[in-house]
Amino acid sequence: MKKLVNNPVNVVEEMVEGYVRAHPDYIRQLPSNDRALVTARETKEGKVGILIGGGSGHEPAFMGYVGEGLADGVAVGNIFASPSPDPILEVTKAIDKGAGVVYLYGNYAGDVMNFGMAAEMADLEEDIEVGMALATDDVASAPKAEKDKRRGIAGELFIYKAAGAAADFGYNLEDVVRVANKANDHIRSMGVGTSPCYLPQTGEPSFEIGEDEMEIGLGHHGEPGLEKGPLETADRIADRLVHDILADIEIVKGDEVAVLVNGLGSTPKMDLYIVYRRVEQILSERGVKIYRSYVGDYITSLEMGGCSVTLMKLDEELTDMIDHPVDCPMFVQK
Amino acid sequence: MELTSKGLKDFFREVVEMIEKEKDYLCDLDRKLGDGDHGVTMSIGWQAVEEKLNNELIEIEDCGKLSVAVGKTFLNAVGSSVGPLYATGFMRGAKTSKNKAVLNDCDLTEYWIAFAKGVKDRGQAEVGDKTMVDTLEPFARKLETSFTNSQDFELAFSEAVNAAEEGMNSTKDIISKKGRSSRLGERSIGAQDPGATSAYFILSTFLQFIKNNSAKTV
Repeated sequence: MKKLVNNPVNVVEEMVEGYVRAHPDYIRQLPSNDRALVTARETKEGKVGILIGGGSGHEPAFMGYVGEGLADGVAVGNIFASPSPDPILEVTKAIDKGAGVVYLYGNYAGDVMNFGMAAEMADLEEDIEVGMALATDDVASAPKAEKDKRRGIAGELFIYKAAGAAADFGYNLEDVVRVANKANDHIRSMGVGTSPCYLPQTGEPSFEIGEDEMEIGLGHHGEPGLEKGPLETADRIADRLVHDILADIEIVKGDEVAVLVNGLGSTPKMDLYIVYRRVEQILSERGVKIYRSYVGDYITSLEMGGCSVTLMKLDEELTDMIDHPVDCPMFVQK
Repeated sequence: MELTSKGLKDFFREVVEMIEKEKDYLCDLDRKLGDGDHGVTMSIGWQAVEEKLNNELIEIEDCGKLSVAVGKTFLNAVGSSVGPLYATGFMRGAKTSKNKAVLNDCDLTEYWIAFAKGVKDRGQAEVGDKTMVDTLEPFARKLETSFTNSQDFELAFSEAVNAAEEGMNSTKDIISKKGRSSRLGERSIGAQDPGATSAYFILSTFLQFIKNNSAKTV
Protein backbone atom coordinates (compact mmCIF):
# COMPACT_ATOMS: atom_id res chain seq x y z
CA MET A 1 0.00 0.00 0.00
CA LYS A 2 1.34 3.41 -0.93
CA LYS A 3 1.10 6.10 1.71
CA LEU A 4 2.47 9.59 1.99
CA VAL A 5 4.18 9.19 5.32
CA ASN A 6 7.60 9.50 6.89
CA ASN A 7 8.34 7.09 9.73
CA PRO A 8 5.03 5.20 10.26
CA VAL A 9 5.61 5.39 14.02
CA ASN A 10 5.17 9.16 13.91
CA VAL A 11 2.05 9.47 11.76
CA VAL A 12 -0.27 10.72 14.50
CA GLU A 13 2.18 13.28 15.91
CA GLU A 14 3.00 14.61 12.45
CA MET A 15 -0.62 14.80 11.39
CA VAL A 16 -1.61 16.70 14.53
CA GLU A 17 1.30 19.07 14.07
CA GLY A 18 0.27 19.73 10.47
CA TYR A 19 -3.35 20.23 11.44
CA VAL A 20 -2.79 22.76 14.21
CA ARG A 21 -0.33 24.66 12.02
CA ALA A 22 -2.80 24.70 9.14
CA HIS A 23 -5.62 26.07 11.28
CA PRO A 24 -4.08 28.22 14.01
CA ASP A 25 -7.12 30.48 14.15
CA TYR A 26 -9.28 27.48 15.06
CA ILE A 27 -7.28 25.12 17.21
CA ARG A 28 -4.23 24.91 19.46
CA GLN A 29 -2.25 22.21 21.20
CA LEU A 30 -2.05 22.38 24.98
CA PRO A 31 1.52 22.74 26.22
CA SER A 32 0.87 19.97 28.77
CA ASN A 33 0.02 17.28 26.20
CA ASP A 34 0.52 17.11 22.42
CA ARG A 35 -2.57 14.97 22.05
CA ALA A 36 -4.79 17.52 23.82
CA LEU A 37 -6.24 20.11 21.42
CA VAL A 38 -8.65 22.92 22.24
CA THR A 39 -10.40 25.69 20.38
CA ALA A 40 -8.23 28.73 19.72
CA ARG A 41 -11.23 31.00 20.28
CA GLU A 42 -12.57 32.29 23.56
CA THR A 43 -15.51 30.31 24.88
CA LYS A 44 -18.15 31.88 27.10
CA GLU A 45 -17.88 31.61 30.89
CA GLY A 46 -20.58 29.35 32.19
CA LYS A 47 -20.92 27.37 28.94
CA VAL A 48 -20.82 23.58 29.25
CA GLY A 49 -17.62 22.32 27.63
CA ILE A 50 -17.95 19.76 24.83
CA LEU A 51 -15.11 17.24 24.64
CA ILE A 52 -14.88 14.74 21.82
CA GLY A 53 -12.28 12.19 20.95
CA GLY A 54 -11.27 8.77 19.83
CA GLY A 55 -8.64 7.05 17.78
CA SER A 56 -6.86 8.61 14.83
CA GLY A 57 -7.52 7.41 11.30
CA HIS A 58 -11.08 8.79 11.16
CA GLU A 59 -10.14 12.23 9.81
CA PRO A 60 -11.65 14.75 9.64
CA ALA A 61 -13.02 13.25 12.86
CA PHE A 62 -12.40 14.01 15.53
CA MET A 63 -10.17 17.08 15.66
CA GLY A 64 -11.86 18.55 12.60
CA TYR A 65 -14.97 19.11 14.69
CA VAL A 66 -13.45 21.46 17.23
CA GLY A 67 -14.88 24.88 16.50
CA GLU A 68 -17.89 27.11 17.01
CA GLY A 69 -21.15 25.27 17.41
CA LEU A 70 -19.51 21.88 17.92
CA ALA A 71 -16.73 20.79 20.29
CA ASP A 72 -14.42 22.89 22.48
CA GLY A 73 -11.68 20.31 22.67
CA VAL A 74 -10.52 16.92 21.48
CA ALA A 75 -8.31 14.14 22.82
CA VAL A 76 -6.41 12.35 20.07
CA GLY A 77 -5.60 8.65 20.32
CA ASN A 78 -3.32 6.39 18.31
CA ILE A 79 -4.70 4.91 15.12
CA PHE A 80 -8.05 3.28 15.89
CA ALA A 81 -7.23 3.34 19.60
CA SER A 82 -8.85 5.38 22.34
CA PRO A 83 -6.79 8.26 23.75
CA SER A 84 -5.42 7.63 27.23
CA PRO A 85 -6.93 9.48 30.22
CA ASP A 86 -4.10 12.05 30.30
CA PRO A 87 -4.99 14.15 27.24
CA ILE A 88 -8.70 13.79 28.05
CA LEU A 89 -8.09 15.21 31.51
CA GLU A 90 -5.92 18.06 30.18
CA VAL A 91 -8.62 19.09 27.69
CA THR A 92 -11.24 18.85 30.43
CA LYS A 93 -9.28 21.27 32.60
CA ALA A 94 -8.74 23.67 29.71
CA ILE A 95 -12.35 23.85 28.48
CA ASP A 96 -14.19 23.83 31.81
CA LYS A 97 -15.85 27.23 32.16
CA GLY A 98 -17.42 26.49 35.51
CA ALA A 99 -20.38 24.56 34.10
CA GLY A 100 -18.72 21.16 33.67
CA VAL A 101 -17.72 19.20 30.61
CA VAL A 102 -19.56 16.61 28.53
CA TYR A 103 -17.62 13.77 26.92
CA LEU A 104 -19.00 12.49 23.62
CA TYR A 105 -17.53 9.33 22.15
CA GLY A 106 -18.36 6.07 20.44
CA ASN A 107 -19.25 2.94 22.33
CA TYR A 108 -16.00 0.97 22.25
CA ALA A 109 -14.44 -0.89 25.19
CA GLY A 110 -11.24 1.17 25.08
CA ASP A 111 -13.01 4.53 24.90
CA VAL A 112 -15.37 3.56 27.70
CA MET A 113 -12.43 2.69 29.98
CA ASN A 114 -10.20 5.66 29.16
CA PHE A 115 -12.93 8.31 29.17
CA GLY A 116 -14.34 6.73 32.31
CA MET A 117 -10.97 6.91 34.08
CA ALA A 118 -10.52 10.52 32.95
CA ALA A 119 -13.99 11.43 34.25
CA GLU A 120 -13.15 9.94 37.64
CA MET A 121 -9.88 11.87 37.75
CA ALA A 122 -11.62 15.12 36.73
CA ASP A 123 -14.07 14.67 39.56
CA LEU A 124 -11.60 13.57 42.26
CA GLU A 125 -8.51 15.62 41.38
CA GLU A 126 -9.94 18.70 39.69
CA ASP A 127 -13.46 18.93 41.07
CA ILE A 128 -14.89 19.29 37.55
CA GLU A 129 -18.29 17.81 36.89
CA VAL A 130 -18.30 15.51 33.84
CA GLY A 131 -21.26 14.15 31.92
CA MET A 132 -21.05 11.52 29.21
CA ALA A 133 -23.04 10.42 26.19
CA LEU A 134 -22.09 7.52 23.95
CA ALA A 135 -22.92 6.93 20.32
CA THR A 136 -24.55 3.56 19.66
CA ASP A 137 -26.00 4.18 16.20
CA ASP A 138 -24.80 1.16 14.19
CA VAL A 139 -27.82 -1.09 13.75
CA ALA A 140 -25.66 -3.88 12.29
CA SER A 141 -23.56 -4.26 15.42
CA ALA A 142 -26.10 -5.72 17.85
CA PRO A 143 -29.82 -6.49 17.93
CA LYS A 144 -32.26 -3.73 18.84
CA ALA A 145 -32.88 -5.18 22.30
CA GLU A 146 -29.17 -4.62 23.02
CA LYS A 147 -28.86 -1.09 21.65
CA ASP A 148 -26.49 -0.16 24.48
CA LYS A 149 -24.02 -2.71 23.08
CA ARG A 150 -23.99 -1.21 19.61
CA ARG A 151 -20.94 0.63 18.37
CA GLY A 152 -20.91 4.25 17.35
CA ILE A 153 -20.24 5.13 13.71
CA ALA A 154 -20.96 8.17 11.53
CA GLY A 155 -24.13 9.13 13.40
CA GLU A 156 -21.83 10.49 16.09
CA LEU A 157 -21.60 13.65 13.99
CA PHE A 158 -25.26 14.43 14.74
CA ILE A 159 -24.64 13.89 18.45
CA TYR A 160 -21.82 16.45 18.35
CA LYS A 161 -24.15 18.75 16.45
CA ALA A 162 -26.97 18.40 18.98
CA ALA A 163 -24.80 18.64 22.10
CA GLY A 164 -22.68 21.46 20.69
CA ALA A 165 -25.78 23.50 19.92
CA ALA A 166 -27.35 22.75 23.31
CA ALA A 167 -24.20 23.96 25.07
CA ASP A 168 -24.24 27.14 22.95
CA PHE A 169 -27.89 27.72 23.83
CA GLY A 170 -26.83 27.81 27.48
CA TYR A 171 -28.27 24.46 28.53
CA ASN A 172 -26.80 23.12 31.77
CA LEU A 173 -24.72 19.94 31.97
CA GLU A 174 -27.65 17.68 32.68
CA ASP A 175 -29.61 19.08 29.74
CA VAL A 176 -26.70 18.86 27.33
CA VAL A 177 -26.34 15.18 28.27
CA ARG A 178 -30.09 14.70 27.87
CA VAL A 179 -30.04 16.25 24.38
CA ALA A 180 -27.01 14.17 23.36
CA ASN A 181 -28.69 10.99 24.55
CA LYS A 182 -31.91 11.93 22.86
CA ALA A 183 -30.04 12.54 19.62
CA ASN A 184 -28.45 9.10 19.97
CA ASP A 185 -31.87 7.53 20.52
CA HIS A 186 -33.10 9.19 17.32
CA ILE A 187 -30.11 8.18 15.19
CA ARG A 188 -29.58 4.98 13.24
CA SER A 189 -26.73 4.16 10.88
CA MET A 190 -25.55 1.28 8.79
CA GLY A 191 -22.58 0.88 6.51
CA VAL A 192 -21.14 -1.14 3.69
CA GLY A 193 -17.45 -1.84 3.08
CA THR A 194 -15.97 -2.43 -0.35
CA SER A 195 -12.23 -2.36 0.36
CA PRO A 196 -10.05 -2.43 3.48
CA CYS A 197 -7.81 0.21 4.96
CA TYR A 198 -4.13 -0.36 5.65
CA LEU A 199 -2.56 0.46 9.01
CA PRO A 200 0.56 2.57 8.43
CA GLN A 201 2.62 0.56 10.92
CA THR A 202 1.87 -2.87 9.45
CA GLY A 203 0.96 -2.09 5.84
CA GLU A 204 -1.53 -4.93 6.11
CA PRO A 205 -5.20 -4.73 5.12
CA SER A 206 -7.58 -4.37 8.05
CA PHE A 207 -9.80 -7.15 6.71
CA GLU A 208 -9.94 -9.52 3.76
CA ILE A 209 -12.41 -8.94 1.00
CA GLY A 210 -12.52 -10.11 -2.62
CA GLU A 211 -12.38 -7.71 -5.58
CA ASP A 212 -16.04 -8.37 -6.37
CA GLU A 213 -17.30 -8.51 -2.80
CA MET A 214 -18.80 -6.15 -0.24
CA GLU A 215 -19.43 -6.47 3.47
CA ILE A 216 -22.80 -5.30 4.74
CA GLY A 217 -22.78 -3.80 8.23
CA LEU A 218 -19.04 -3.25 8.32
CA GLY A 219 -17.69 -1.30 11.30
CA HIS A 220 -15.59 1.83 11.26
CA HIS A 221 -12.39 -0.04 12.05
CA GLY A 222 -12.97 -2.85 9.59
CA GLU A 223 -14.88 -4.94 12.11
CA PRO A 224 -16.77 -7.58 10.19
CA GLY A 225 -20.43 -6.84 9.65
CA LEU A 226 -23.49 -8.95 9.11
CA GLU A 227 -22.52 -10.72 5.93
CA LYS A 228 -20.16 -10.76 3.00
CA GLY A 229 -21.64 -11.00 -0.47
CA PRO A 230 -21.15 -10.09 -4.11
CA LEU A 231 -20.90 -6.35 -4.77
CA GLU A 232 -24.28 -4.91 -5.69
CA THR A 233 -25.38 -1.69 -7.37
CA ALA A 234 -25.53 1.59 -5.44
CA ASP A 235 -29.33 1.47 -5.49
CA ARG A 236 -29.49 -2.07 -4.12
CA ILE A 237 -27.01 -1.17 -1.38
CA ALA A 238 -28.93 1.97 -0.43
CA ASP A 239 -32.14 -0.08 -0.38
CA ARG A 240 -30.61 -2.54 2.02
CA LEU A 241 -29.11 0.06 4.37
CA VAL A 242 -32.27 2.16 4.54
CA HIS A 243 -34.42 -0.96 4.91
CA ASP A 244 -32.45 -2.17 7.94
CA ILE A 245 -32.47 1.31 9.49
CA LEU A 246 -36.23 1.74 9.05
CA ALA A 247 -36.81 -1.72 10.50
CA ASP A 248 -35.09 -0.48 13.63
CA ILE A 249 -36.66 2.93 14.20
CA GLU A 250 -40.15 4.11 13.42
CA ILE A 251 -39.96 6.82 10.79
CA VAL A 252 -43.31 7.32 9.06
CA LYS A 253 -45.07 9.58 6.61
CA GLY A 254 -44.86 13.19 7.67
CA ASP A 255 -41.75 12.71 9.81
CA GLU A 256 -38.72 14.88 9.22
CA VAL A 257 -35.17 13.52 9.20
CA ALA A 258 -31.60 14.62 8.80
CA VAL A 259 -29.63 12.36 6.44
CA LEU A 260 -25.91 11.70 6.36
CA VAL A 261 -24.29 9.69 3.60
CA ASN A 262 -20.76 9.27 4.89
CA GLY A 263 -17.79 8.11 2.85
CA LEU A 264 -15.26 5.81 4.54
CA GLY A 265 -12.19 7.33 2.93
CA SER A 266 -11.60 6.23 -0.64
CA THR A 267 -15.09 6.22 -2.07
CA PRO A 268 -15.58 9.13 -4.48
CA LYS A 269 -18.20 11.80 -3.89
CA MET A 270 -19.73 10.66 -7.16
CA ASP A 271 -20.61 7.32 -5.61
CA LEU A 272 -21.83 8.95 -2.41
CA TYR A 273 -24.24 11.20 -4.31
CA ILE A 274 -25.49 8.21 -6.30
CA VAL A 275 -26.24 6.49 -2.98
CA TYR A 276 -27.86 9.66 -1.63
CA ARG A 277 -30.05 9.87 -4.72
CA ARG A 278 -31.56 6.50 -3.91
CA VAL A 279 -31.90 7.26 -0.19
CA GLU A 280 -33.84 10.40 -1.10
CA GLN A 281 -36.09 8.43 -3.47
CA ILE A 282 -36.94 5.85 -0.82
CA LEU A 283 -37.74 8.46 1.80
CA SER A 284 -39.79 10.59 -0.60
CA GLU A 285 -41.81 7.56 -1.65
CA ARG A 286 -42.62 7.00 2.00
CA GLY A 287 -43.59 10.63 2.53
CA VAL A 288 -40.65 11.29 4.86
CA LYS A 289 -39.25 14.80 4.54
CA ILE A 290 -35.50 15.32 4.43
CA TYR A 291 -34.98 18.47 6.46
CA ARG A 292 -31.21 18.58 6.03
CA SER A 293 -28.72 16.41 4.22
CA TYR A 294 -25.00 15.89 4.55
CA VAL A 295 -22.99 14.02 1.93
CA GLY A 296 -19.24 13.59 2.21
CA ASP A 297 -16.34 12.14 4.18
CA TYR A 298 -17.24 13.09 7.76
CA ILE A 299 -15.93 10.15 9.76
CA THR A 300 -13.60 7.95 7.75
CA SER A 301 -11.47 4.89 8.23
CA LEU A 302 -8.16 5.77 6.54
CA GLU A 303 -8.52 4.67 2.90
CA MET A 304 -11.32 2.21 3.46
CA GLY A 305 -13.85 1.94 0.65
CA GLY A 306 -17.56 2.10 1.26
CA CYS A 307 -20.07 4.32 2.95
CA SER A 308 -22.69 4.48 5.63
CA VAL A 309 -26.18 5.94 5.74
CA THR A 310 -27.42 7.70 8.88
CA LEU A 311 -30.91 8.94 9.61
CA MET A 312 -31.82 11.15 12.55
CA LYS A 313 -35.50 11.49 13.26
CA LEU A 314 -36.14 15.10 14.15
CA ASP A 315 -38.42 16.68 16.68
CA GLU A 316 -38.72 20.38 17.43
CA GLU A 317 -35.76 20.48 19.81
CA LEU A 318 -33.45 18.42 17.58
CA THR A 319 -34.43 20.58 14.59
CA ASP A 320 -33.22 23.66 16.48
CA MET A 321 -29.98 21.85 17.23
CA ILE A 322 -29.41 20.71 13.67
CA ASP A 323 -30.08 24.26 12.40
CA HIS A 324 -27.48 25.82 14.70
CA PRO A 325 -24.56 27.26 12.71
CA VAL A 326 -21.18 25.59 12.86
CA ASP A 327 -17.73 26.90 12.00
CA CYS A 328 -14.94 24.33 12.04
CA PRO A 329 -12.05 23.85 9.64
CA MET A 330 -13.67 20.66 8.32
CA PHE A 331 -17.34 21.52 8.66
CA VAL A 332 -19.12 24.82 8.08
CA GLN A 333 -22.87 25.26 8.30
CA LYS A 334 -24.34 28.72 8.01
CA MET B 1 13.73 -16.71 45.17
CA GLU B 2 14.21 -13.01 45.54
CA LEU B 3 13.64 -10.41 42.87
CA THR B 4 15.32 -7.04 43.22
CA SER B 5 14.14 -3.88 41.51
CA LYS B 6 17.00 -4.38 39.07
CA GLY B 7 15.66 -7.85 38.32
CA LEU B 8 12.18 -6.43 37.81
CA LYS B 9 13.60 -3.90 35.36
CA ASP B 10 15.45 -6.67 33.51
CA PHE B 11 12.18 -8.59 33.26
CA PHE B 12 10.39 -5.54 31.82
CA ARG B 13 13.17 -5.23 29.25
CA GLU B 14 12.69 -8.86 28.26
CA VAL B 15 9.01 -8.15 27.73
CA VAL B 16 10.00 -5.27 25.42
CA GLU B 17 12.18 -7.65 23.42
CA MET B 18 9.56 -10.40 23.34
CA ILE B 19 6.85 -8.00 22.09
CA GLU B 20 9.08 -6.84 19.24
CA LYS B 21 9.54 -10.48 18.23
CA GLU B 22 5.85 -11.36 18.48
CA LYS B 23 4.46 -8.08 17.14
CA ASP B 24 3.55 -9.38 13.68
CA TYR B 25 2.07 -12.59 15.01
CA LEU B 26 -0.17 -10.63 17.41
CA CYS B 27 -1.29 -8.37 14.54
CA ASP B 28 -2.09 -11.44 12.44
CA LEU B 29 -4.26 -12.86 15.22
CA ASP B 30 -5.98 -9.50 15.65
CA ARG B 31 -6.76 -9.18 11.96
CA LYS B 32 -9.14 -12.14 12.31
CA LEU B 33 -10.97 -10.60 15.26
CA GLY B 34 -10.35 -6.87 15.33
CA ASP B 35 -8.54 -4.20 13.44
CA GLY B 36 -5.20 -5.95 13.23
CA ASP B 37 -3.17 -3.66 15.44
CA HIS B 38 -2.72 -5.51 18.73
CA GLY B 39 0.99 -6.14 18.14
CA VAL B 40 1.52 -2.53 17.15
CA THR B 41 -0.32 -1.29 20.23
CA MET B 42 1.68 -3.53 22.55
CA SER B 43 4.88 -2.43 20.86
CA ILE B 44 4.05 1.28 21.21
CA GLY B 45 3.37 0.76 24.91
CA TRP B 46 6.42 -1.34 25.73
CA GLN B 47 8.74 0.86 23.70
CA ALA B 48 7.57 3.77 25.85
CA VAL B 49 8.25 1.67 28.94
CA GLU B 50 11.77 0.94 27.75
CA GLU B 51 12.42 4.62 27.19
CA LYS B 52 11.23 5.30 30.74
CA LEU B 53 13.40 2.49 32.14
CA ASN B 54 16.43 3.98 30.46
CA ASN B 55 15.76 7.47 31.80
CA GLU B 56 13.59 8.51 34.72
CA LEU B 57 13.51 5.04 36.25
CA ILE B 58 17.25 4.35 36.32
CA GLU B 59 17.60 5.30 39.98
CA ILE B 60 14.27 3.89 41.19
CA GLU B 61 14.71 0.97 43.58
CA ASP B 62 11.18 0.71 44.94
CA CYS B 63 9.39 -2.10 43.09
CA GLY B 64 6.07 -0.41 43.83
CA LYS B 65 7.08 2.90 42.29
CA LEU B 66 8.61 1.07 39.37
CA SER B 67 5.39 -0.81 38.68
CA VAL B 68 3.23 2.32 38.93
CA ALA B 69 5.53 4.08 36.47
CA VAL B 70 5.43 1.13 34.05
CA GLY B 71 1.63 1.01 34.23
CA LYS B 72 1.16 4.73 33.74
CA THR B 73 3.72 4.94 30.95
CA PHE B 74 2.09 2.09 29.10
CA LEU B 75 -1.35 3.68 29.56
CA ASN B 76 -0.31 7.10 28.33
CA ALA B 77 1.44 5.67 25.32
CA VAL B 78 -1.40 3.48 24.09
CA GLY B 79 -4.78 4.42 25.54
CA SER B 80 -6.84 1.81 23.67
CA SER B 81 -8.37 -0.94 25.79
CA VAL B 82 -5.14 -2.69 26.69
CA GLY B 83 -3.84 0.58 28.19
CA PRO B 84 -6.26 0.78 31.12
CA LEU B 85 -6.20 -3.01 31.51
CA TYR B 86 -2.43 -3.42 31.86
CA ALA B 87 -2.10 -0.14 33.75
CA THR B 88 -4.59 -1.35 36.34
CA GLY B 89 -2.78 -4.70 36.54
CA PHE B 90 0.62 -3.14 37.18
CA MET B 91 -0.79 -0.56 39.59
CA ARG B 92 -2.42 -3.31 41.64
CA GLY B 93 0.90 -5.16 41.57
CA ALA B 94 2.50 -1.93 42.74
CA LYS B 95 0.22 -1.82 45.77
CA THR B 96 1.51 -5.20 46.94
CA SER B 97 5.15 -4.20 46.41
CA LYS B 98 5.03 -0.68 47.83
CA ASN B 99 8.27 0.40 49.53
CA LYS B 100 9.94 -2.91 48.70
CA ALA B 101 13.32 -3.02 46.97
CA VAL B 102 13.32 -6.82 46.99
CA LEU B 103 10.37 -9.16 46.44
CA ASN B 104 10.37 -12.62 48.02
CA ASP B 105 8.29 -15.68 47.04
CA CYS B 106 5.30 -14.45 49.01
CA ASP B 107 5.49 -10.94 47.58
CA LEU B 108 5.79 -12.23 44.02
CA THR B 109 2.78 -14.47 44.45
CA GLU B 110 0.73 -11.56 45.75
CA TYR B 111 2.04 -9.31 42.99
CA TRP B 112 0.92 -11.55 40.15
CA ILE B 113 -2.43 -12.41 41.71
CA ALA B 114 -3.13 -8.69 42.21
CA PHE B 115 -2.03 -8.05 38.64
CA ALA B 116 -4.47 -10.58 37.21
CA LYS B 117 -7.32 -9.40 39.44
CA GLY B 118 -6.68 -5.78 38.46
CA VAL B 119 -7.06 -6.55 34.78
CA LYS B 120 -10.25 -8.45 35.45
CA ASP B 121 -11.76 -5.68 37.59
CA ARG B 122 -11.05 -3.02 35.01
CA GLY B 123 -12.35 -4.95 32.02
CA GLN B 124 -15.29 -6.60 33.76
CA ALA B 125 -14.83 -9.69 31.62
CA GLU B 126 -15.40 -13.27 32.76
CA VAL B 127 -13.73 -16.51 31.77
CA GLY B 128 -15.30 -17.60 28.50
CA ASP B 129 -15.67 -14.09 27.07
CA LYS B 130 -12.62 -14.62 24.84
CA THR B 131 -10.33 -11.99 26.41
CA MET B 132 -7.13 -11.68 28.43
CA VAL B 133 -9.10 -12.93 31.42
CA ASP B 134 -9.21 -16.42 29.88
CA THR B 135 -5.45 -16.50 30.35
CA LEU B 136 -5.17 -14.53 33.57
CA GLU B 137 -7.89 -15.99 35.75
CA PRO B 138 -6.85 -19.66 35.56
CA PHE B 139 -3.28 -18.44 35.96
CA ALA B 140 -4.04 -16.56 39.16
CA ARG B 141 -6.17 -19.35 40.56
CA LYS B 142 -3.47 -21.94 39.96
CA LEU B 143 -0.75 -19.67 41.33
CA GLU B 144 -2.67 -19.15 44.54
CA THR B 145 -3.51 -22.81 45.22
CA SER B 146 -0.17 -24.14 44.10
CA PHE B 147 1.79 -21.65 46.19
CA THR B 148 -0.38 -22.28 49.24
CA ASN B 149 0.35 -26.00 48.92
CA SER B 150 4.01 -25.93 48.01
CA GLN B 151 5.31 -22.57 49.30
CA ASP B 152 7.57 -22.78 46.23
CA PHE B 153 7.05 -19.76 44.00
CA GLU B 154 8.99 -21.07 41.03
CA LEU B 155 7.04 -24.31 40.96
CA ALA B 156 3.74 -22.53 41.53
CA PHE B 157 4.43 -19.96 38.82
CA SER B 158 5.42 -22.67 36.38
CA GLU B 159 2.16 -24.56 36.99
CA ALA B 160 0.24 -21.31 36.76
CA VAL B 161 1.76 -20.56 33.35
CA ASN B 162 0.60 -23.99 32.16
CA ALA B 163 -2.91 -23.07 33.27
CA ALA B 164 -2.53 -19.74 31.47
CA GLU B 165 -1.55 -21.57 28.29
CA GLU B 166 -4.59 -23.81 28.49
CA GLY B 167 -6.72 -20.73 29.04
CA MET B 168 -5.21 -19.01 26.03
CA ASN B 169 -5.80 -22.07 23.86
CA SER B 170 -9.41 -22.25 25.01
CA THR B 171 -10.12 -18.89 23.39
CA LYS B 172 -9.96 -20.56 19.97
CA ASP B 173 -13.18 -22.42 20.62
CA ILE B 174 -15.33 -19.72 22.13
CA ILE B 175 -17.50 -16.91 20.84
CA SER B 176 -16.23 -13.49 21.67
CA LYS B 177 -18.35 -11.59 24.18
CA LYS B 178 -16.29 -8.47 24.94
CA GLY B 179 -14.66 -5.70 22.98
CA ARG B 180 -14.89 -5.04 19.28
CA SER B 181 -14.71 -8.71 18.34
CA SER B 182 -17.92 -9.43 20.27
CA ARG B 183 -19.77 -8.17 17.20
CA LEU B 184 -18.47 -11.12 15.24
CA GLY B 185 -20.57 -13.69 17.06
CA GLU B 186 -20.07 -17.16 15.58
CA ARG B 187 -17.50 -15.88 13.15
CA SER B 188 -15.09 -15.45 16.06
CA ILE B 189 -14.88 -19.21 16.60
CA GLY B 190 -11.56 -20.71 15.52
CA ALA B 191 -9.53 -17.56 16.08
CA GLN B 192 -7.29 -17.33 19.13
CA ASP B 193 -7.72 -14.12 21.10
CA PRO B 194 -4.73 -11.79 20.64
CA GLY B 195 -5.13 -10.22 24.11
CA ALA B 196 -5.18 -13.64 25.77
CA THR B 197 -2.09 -14.50 23.72
CA SER B 198 0.00 -11.46 24.63
CA ALA B 199 -0.98 -11.89 28.29
CA TYR B 200 0.31 -15.46 28.11
CA PHE B 201 3.52 -14.28 26.45
CA ILE B 202 4.17 -11.83 29.28
CA LEU B 203 3.66 -14.53 31.91
CA SER B 204 5.81 -17.04 30.06
CA THR B 205 8.51 -14.39 29.66
CA PHE B 206 8.54 -14.00 33.43
CA LEU B 207 8.73 -17.77 33.86
CA GLN B 208 11.65 -18.00 31.46
CA PHE B 209 13.27 -15.09 33.25
CA ILE B 210 13.09 -16.70 36.69
CA LYS B 211 14.24 -20.06 35.28
CA ASN B 212 17.30 -18.43 33.76
CA ASN B 213 18.07 -16.72 37.02
CA SER B 214 16.92 -19.38 39.49
CA ALA B 215 18.73 -20.04 42.73
CA LYS B 216 20.03 -16.55 42.97
CA THR B 217 18.86 -13.07 43.74
CA VAL B 218 18.14 -11.14 40.56
